[in-house]
Amino acid sequence: MEVLQNKGVALTQDQARWMYRKMLEIREFEDKVHELFAQGILPGFVHLYAGEEAVAVGVCAHLNDKDTITSTHRGHGHCIAKGCDLDGMMAEIYGKATGLCKGKGGSMHIADLNKGMLGANGIVGGGFPLACGSALTAKYKKTDNVSVCFFGDGANNHGTFHEGINLAAIWNLPVIFVAENNGYAEATPFEYASSCKTIADRAIGYNIPGVRVDGKNVLAVYKAAEEAIQRARRGEGPTLIECMTYRNYGHFEGDAQTYKAEPEKKEHKQEKDAIIQFKKYLLTQRLLTENELASVEESVIEAIQRAVRFSEESPYPKEDELLTDVYVSY
Amino acid sequence: MARTISMSEAINEAIALAMRKDPDVVLLGEDVAGGAEVDHLQDEDAWGGVLGVTKGLVQEFGRERILDTPIAEAGYMGAAMAAASTGLRPIAELMFNDFIGSCLDEVLNQGAKFRYMFGGKAQVPVTVRTMHGAGFRAAAQHSQSLYALFTSIPGLKVVVPSTPYDAKGLLLAAIEDNDPVIFFEDKTLYNMTGEVPEGYYTVPIGKADVKREGSDLTIVGIGKQVNTALEAAGHLAGRGIEAEVVDPRSLSPLDEETILSSVAKTNRLVIVDEANPRCNLATDIAAIVADKGFDSLDAPIKRITAPHTPVPFSPPLEDRYLPSPEKVIQAVSELLGETSSLSL
Repeated sequence: MEVLQNKGVALTQDQARWMYRKMLEIREFEDKVHELFAQGILPGFVHLYAGEEAVAVGVCAHLNDKDTITSTHRGHGHCIAKGCDLDGMMAEIYGKATGLCKGKGGSMHIADLNKGMLGANGIVGGGFPLACGSALTAKYKKTDNVSVCFFGDGANNHGTFHEGINLAAIWNLPVIFVAENNGYAEATPFEYASSCKTIADRAIGYNIPGVRVDGKNVLAVYKAAEEAIQRARRGEGPTLIECMTYRNYGHFEGDAQTYKAEPEKKEHKQEKDAIIQFKKYLLTQRLLTENELASVEESVIEAIQRAVRFSEESPYPKEDELLTDVYVSY
Repeated sequence: MARTISMSEAINEAIALAMRKDPDVVLLGEDVAGGAEVDHLQDEDAWGGVLGVTKGLVQEFGRERILDTPIAEAGYMGAAMAAASTGLRPIAELMFNDFIGSCLDEVLNQGAKFRYMFGGKAQVPVTVRTMHGAGFRAAAQHSQSLYALFTSIPGLKVVVPSTPYDAKGLLLAAIEDNDPVIFFEDKTLYNMTGEVPEGYYTVPIGKADVKREGSDLTIVGIGKQVNTALEAAGHLAGRGIEAEVVDPRSLSPLDEETILSSVAKTNRLVIVDEANPRCNLATDIAAIVADKGFDSLDAPIKRITAPHTPVPFSPPLEDRYLPSPEKVIQAVSELLGETSSLSL
C-alpha cells in the first residue's frame, strides 16, 4: 500500500491526534449504530457515514464553534467532526429525552447550534440555501466566520444546488460547498444521474473555484479545505470541493447494496480505507507511535460504549413533550 | 388625529421603523429595490418591489440591508431561514404567494420545523411577506389565497390584515416575533386608505378584532373579505338585520374565543373566505364552531368561498369567482329563513 502523500500539509501532533480520534469516533459510532439497528434496538431510518470519515474530519479540522455547517441525511459524521457530544447524539438516535434534540429530531435531524452544527437534514439538497443564510449572517455581522455545506452526489442534480451556489457567488458569501461523491445516489450511480464528468466542473458555471480531491485521503481534503476556508475568511467568496469517497454501508440500514460490485466493496474496506491509510501515514511520519494510537483507539471504544450505556439508561421524553417546542411564544 | 395613509404606505413605514429599531433586520427578495449595480441609478431603487411597496427603503438603509435576490425563491428563502436561526431577523419577500411552489421545502421542511426538530434549541425569527388575492386580473398563477396551506403547518404563524392600521401593527409584531410568520398582503388592498398612527405600535398576533358589532348573526371574513362582510353588513342594517363582523387577523394562532363568543351572542355564522372551498379557513372555522359552539347555533353555518377552480383571467369570470356582498346577503337571507331573498 502507498503511504499517503502529505501534499504540503504539516500537522502538529495535537492536530494529528484529533483527526485520528475523530475519524475513529465516527467509524466506531457508525459501526455500533449498524449493530444496534440490526438488533432492532433503534427505531426509524439510519444512514451511516462509515467510510467517508476523511471528508468531515479533513474539513472540520479548520472550523471553530462560530463557523457553521449544514449537513445531510447521512449526518452523524459531520456532527462528530463538528464537536457534537457523542452521548447526546446516541441518545437522540435512540429517541431519548437526553438526546441533543430531546429525542424530537432523531438521526436525520441531529443539531447543535452552539457548536455551529445547523442540523442533519432529511431533504436532499436542503443545505445549499441554508449555508448561504448562515454565511449571510457572518458577512452581514462582519465576522470572519464561514459556512460549510456538505452534500452528496445525489444533491448535485437538485435545483437548490444551482440556486445556492449562484447566490453564494453573486453575494460573495463565505461558503465552502463540499460534495461527498460516494458514487451512488441511493441506488443510482453518479455517472447515470449527472450530466457532468465531475461535480467540481460545475463550479465553472458559477465562476468560482472547483476542485476534485481524493476524499479517502484526509490530508488531501485537509489541504483543499484549508485553501477554500482561508479564501472565504478573507472575503474572497465560495469554493466547491468534490471529495471522491465511498460509503461502507448501504444508502440506509437494510439496503442490500446489490448495485455495488464485490471487489469495489472489498478494496474500500482494505487498502482504500481512509482510517487505515491515515494510520499508516501517522506511523511512517512518526507523528504518533503505535502506543499513542492504541490509546486513542481504546479511549474511543470506551466513549462509544459509554454513549450506548447513557442512551439505554436515559428515559424517553415525557408525553407532554409532544406539544412543546413548536413555537417560541407558546 | 391619526393620518390617513394607504395600506402600501403603512407596510413600507412598518419595515422602515423595524429596520431603524433593530440593525439585524434585513429585507431580501426579488426587486425589493431593483436595479442592483446599475451605475446610473447609484443608490436609487428601480422599482422598490414589483408594486412599489418597498420603494425608498434602499435610499435609507443601503443595499447591505435591502437585498435584491435572483429569481430563485428556494435559494433566498432557505437563506432567510438559516440567517434567522443564526442571528439575523430577515424579512423575506415572496413576491406572489403562488410562487411558494418554487420554495415550499424551505418553509415547510426547514424553517417551520427547526425549532421542534432541534428540541427547542433553535429559533427562526423570519417574516415572509407575500402578496395574495384575486381581483387584479392577474390570472391563475398570481391570484391565489394560499393562507390555509401555511395555517396547516405547525411552527408557522399566519397573519392576514384587512386594514392599513392592522397591516402596520401586525407587520411590526411579525418582525418582533421570534417564530416564522407568514404575512399576507392582498394586492387589491394596497391603495385602501385608513387612519394609521405615525409611531411604532404593534397589533398582537393571535387576537381577532370585532370590526362591527351586531346581535343577529356573525360574519367572519378573512383578509379583504372582512371588507366584503362589512359592506354586506351595511346593507343588512338597512333591512333591520344587525351583523357582527369578526376579523380574525391571525389565522395561526387563531383567536377561537372571540369567534365562539360572537356566535354565542348571535347564534348564526357566515364565513367569507376567497380561497378555494376544500380545506380552507371557512371550513376550518366552521369545524371549530360546530365542535365547540354547536349549542350556540340556531342554523347551519354558511361558507362563502371561491369555487373549486383556478382563478380565471376574464374579468366577468373573475368577478364571479370572488365572494361579494350580494353573495353574503343571499346566504344571510337563507340563514334567516326569509322566503324572498334580501337584495342590495
